[in-house]
Amino acid sequence: MTSAASGTLAGLLCFLSLTAAAPRAFAQQPTVQPAGAIKPDEKITEIKLGYLRAYAPRLTLSLLDEPPRDEGVAGANVAIGDNNTTGRFIKQKFSLDVTEIKPEADALQAFNALIDKGDRYVIADLSAKQLLSIADIARDKGVLIFNVGATDDRLREEDCRINVFHIAPTRSMLADALAQYLMVKKWPNWVLLYGSHDEDRLYADALRRSAARFGGQIVAEKEFKDTGTARRTDTGATQIQQQISVFTQDLPEHDVLLVADESEVFGSYVPYRSWTPRLVAGTAGLVASSWHPASEQWGGIQMQNRFLKTAGRRMMSKDMSAWTAVRAVGEATTRTNGDDPKKISDYIRSDDFSVAAFKGQKLTFRKWNLQLRQPILLGDATSVVSTSPQEGYLHQVSELDTLGIDQPETKCVLK
Amino acid sequence: MQSRACILAILATGVMADPASAYTAYVSNEKDNTITVVDTATMQVVKTVDVGQRPRGITISHDGKFIYLCASDDNTIQIIDTRTLQVVGTLPSGDDPELFVLSPDGKTLYVANENDNLVTAIDLDSKQVTSEIPVGVEPEGMAVSPDGKTLVNTSETTSMAHFIDTESHEVTDNVLVDTRPRFAAFKPDGSQVWVSAEIGGTVSVIDNTKRQVVKRIKFAIPGLRAETIQPVGIAISADGKKAYIALGPANHVAVINTETYEVEKYILVGQRVWHLDFTPDQKTLITTNGNSNDITFIDTATEEPVQSVTVGQQPWGVVISPK
Repeated sequence: MTSAASGTLAGLLCFLSLTAAAPRAFAQQPTVQPAGAIKPDEKITEIKLGYLRAYAPRLTLSLLDEPPRDEGVAGANVAIGDNNTTGRFIKQKFSLDVTEIKPEADALQAFNALIDKGDRYVIADLSAKQLLSIADIARDKGVLIFNVGATDDRLREEDCRINVFHIAPTRSMLADALAQYLMVKKWPNWVLLYGSHDEDRLYADALRRSAARFGGQIVAEKEFKDTGTARRTDTGATQIQQQISVFTQDLPEHDVLLVADESEVFGSYVPYRSWTPRLVAGTAGLVASSWHPASEQWGGIQMQNRFLKTAGRRMMSKDMSAWTAVRAVGEATTRTNGDDPKKISDYIRSDDFSVAAFKGQKLTFRKWNLQLRQPILLGDATSVVSTSPQEGYLHQVSELDTLGIDQPETKCVLK
Repeated sequence: MQSRACILAILATGVMADPASAYTAYVSNEKDNTITVVDTATMQVVKTVDVGQRPRGITISHDGKFIYLCASDDNTIQIIDTRTLQVVGTLPSGDDPELFVLSPDGKTLYVANENDNLVTAIDLDSKQVTSEIPVGVEPEGMAVSPDGKTLVNTSETTSMAHFIDTESHEVTDNVLVDTRPRFAAFKPDGSQVWVSAEIGGTVSVIDNTKRQVVKRIKFAIPGLRAETIQPVGIAISADGKKAYIALGPANHVAVINTETYEVEKYILVGQRVWHLDFTPDQKTLITTNGNSNDITFIDTATEEPVQSVTVGQQPWGVVISPK
């Protein structure tokens, strides 16, 4: 997936606090009339959101895949602007406090600092471990968390929480979206290549589950060990060409090479370098995600234009998740005309709630584990190839529930 | 499609419809930057005219002399002479104009600027912007009351209908409707505004005096998933008795009795039906079907589709000449 990498980081700051209440760019001509003029006696409700983010620059196999410096945050800012545009008509004002910590750091201190500022809604782009370290404290303090970063199924299953809403899709949703498409295309025989890090194994597990669920055959599996060799070195390209070719030699007949390499160790090198000419899907090649920088269907072009204008780059999946999280809060505060987190939580979990996010249908939460139902886009580096659920995958509640762990299988007990 | 064979049959036998009902329909084709000119009596394409980029909203002056067309990607509104079918001028629309409405006195065009969260008022004589009114996120639907005093704009992400006083240009009321309101239409007597919500899947009926939603109309078509029902265009008959709602990817037009608010019928048209307009005699309704690249003629007496005619790529809007 391409992205305009946004430059270097003021790297060593382990605790960086940015105020990021970006105002929407309105045309400032003298002819502009004050809309729905606020009368002096009408009180403005301030709705403060926090954004807690684990961040460190990371190496990717391709320069184009380096995450933008403000990945996610930029999406939240656009949504704050959108909420404020709506807020002018109903006397609500939204703001966003952004706090960054290191990927392995203790999240609690940073979280408490946000709460001390008065934030009652926290957008979390954290690891599963970090998220769990704040979830129960947040619940006791009446704070709602919106997970935009962690795709771990366990956060929606055995480790689910009543105050944690999941905007990011799970690995099982992403894998199911891909598997449905491969089955529709009648490419059912897969070889699974997975990395040696925990998250790679989790995605591999999700792909195995999807294969069993939708009738795909994993005819062989192979682990690619991360031996810590240099990526992207001067001599790397030649070596990799041989290495991947040899690594994919002697495999049984297959239609697709499935790659599970969230850690960016080898996945992007598989396309065009495999022993036999085969399609690649998973974390490389055809990738399943909650958004695509080239998606323009369903009014998406408006979102893309608005984002580009504000952020100066294309919109990534995490930007869309953060946008959707802030919009979900905005939608609930608009519809309930209030900002009490308890009421907002009740409303979001009610049948009345839905949020539109340029995916062709309304998005709602699964009541049993607070996961956002959403179509998943399948795309390569430049374009959207398809959107799942695929036609024909039926479900008694919502076809979106054919993606990921469904209610009858859930281990979640909300508490 | 059996329809094209029918057209040929009609042409071959030289049978022409009653000339009294001969009007001209103009269809904007979003993807190939053209408008298609269609004779409503013969149901035949008369001409295809090259216009600006991404033509969407289309309307016509009350005397039928000029077409106004949103060329969204050119950030302008084009004026087309209906006699010569030439672009004879442009209007300063602001960024990304999508939909607009002409004031009843024909002097002002009110435009929704989707990218700027503004409604722009343009004086047609001087071709000058007279006002910019901030509204919600992604303004789209536009309607003006028959007395010209109230303008309604819907904003898609904000999910509101904004009521604007056309004299002061101030937003006086904001009415929350369902998700992604796309289109607004006044009843001919000005008593109500009907607003479609694409993602919400409903039509909200707003009382224009109380400025409150008095009815929320839902749709259900057997065999179709609820998510595919996405109401967009609305056309209310001149007598105010019936409302026709284009249901987008559901490929049907709903016919609603405006007294009971009951859906009386679902008419199957083309794919992704988007907007619709009546012929001035109210006998025919024409729909644009974006994904099948055609328009459908509906006989309003029988409420049956009569004919589909292929136009350009992704037909978006349609307007029919008053004469």
